[in-house]
Amino acid sequence: MSKAVLNDKKCKGCFLCASVCPKNALSDSGRINEKGYKIVALDTEKCIGCGACYRMCPDWAFEIVD
Amino acid sequence: MKLSLPDSLLRDKSSGWCPGCGHGIITRMVAEAVEELGLEENFILCTDVACGALAAYVTKWNVIGAAHGRTIIAAAGAKRVRPDQIVLAAPGDGSAYSIGIESTIHCALRNENILALVVNNCVFGMTGGQMSPESLPGQKTTSSPFGRDPARNGAPFDVVKTLGSYDIAYLARGSVSSPANVIRTGKMIRKALQKQLDGQGFCLLEILSPCPTNWGFPDDRAGKALDYMRQQQEVFYPLGEFIDKEGSKDA
Ligand SMILES: Cc1ncc(C[n+]2csc(CCOP(=O)(O)OP(=O)(O)O)c2C)c(N)n1
Ligand code: SF4
Ligand code: SF4
Ligand code: SF4
Repeated sequence: MSKAVLNDKKCKGCFLCASVCPKNALSDSGRINEKGYKIVALDTEKCIGCGACYRMCPDWAFEIVD
Repeated sequence: MKLSLPDSLLRDKSSGWCPGCGHGIITRMVAEAVEELGLEENFILCTDVACGALAAYVTKWNVIGAAHGRTIIAAAGAKRVRPDQIVLAAPGDGSAYSIGIESTIHCALRNENILALVVNNCVFGMTGGQMSPESLPGQKTTSSPFGRDPARNGAPFDVVKTLGSYDIAYLARGSVSSPANVIRTGKMIRKALQKQLDGQGFCLLEILSPCPTNWGFPDDRAGKALDYMRQQQEVFYPLGEFIDKEGSKDA
């Protein structure tokens, strides 16, 4: 099944992805990246590869792979 | 399903846009349309002196940085001297409908063969969130702290009402408020670029876009800006295709 891959170095913590994920696979990681943003965490188990996060992320942090 | 970022984006570079800004979503959608049509080598982006200009630093395209308000007319000039290039002007609503409104109207009247992609976030984003022609009735901005009052500030500008009867190739309004709207609006971008390839003339696509910083949701983590778009922006500015002159197989 397709899955999202998250590059959290690019994440700015806007949570647009989490607000549209149909499976609640994206949540607050509690971590801060090297740019100082509070970033999301991806639970790959829950992910169904629908692409919603890829489409909404303003910072191009996602790709969907087979 | 595979979704990979288009090669014309500098994917390892961090953009200058605020968290949650619609400009990043829209720039990626443009890159997808450019890649799908195979235009990478023949594409010129014309930016404004505003938040949209930050696209120049995270894409590989040829970019013309026009003066504020002169984005659409600079794009028309570029197209006239380089008709072999596909030219897209990407001003904000402040640029296209306030200081640059006469350029927008006269380029439409001349049916210039370009795509004007107007990013409508209902404020002057770059300069600190002042009221723009698009600010909604009642919308609080830094220059209308008690809310826009149409009796005092005038009515918002609706491009569909003004350009709706013009003899142009395409007039549409999309949005990035949801994944479904992103898909639909991406098809509108592709369709408008195809029209330019076919020489059909002036296309204006307005895209409703969030500015969380100036809408008062700078640290929003609950999709409040998207709710505002769906409940306010899209109600006042309906989405759809309003002129689609010669049609197209797409969208
Ligand atoms: C001739 C001129 N007038 C005013 C400005 C100041 N200015 C820069 S950006 C801007 C407005 C930006 O709003 P908009 O065009 O809606 O784009 P956004 O930043 O919201 O994407 C203004 C007034 C300028 N740079 N040049
Ligand atoms: S949409 Fe992108 S930038 Fe925003 S929280 Fe999700 S991964 Fe981070
Ligand atoms: S691909 Fe779909 S299910 Fe997977 S994280 Fe992204 S939005 Fe959630
Ligand atoms: S001020 Fe608004 S439009 Fe400009 S980068 Fe920030 S969120 Fe985007």
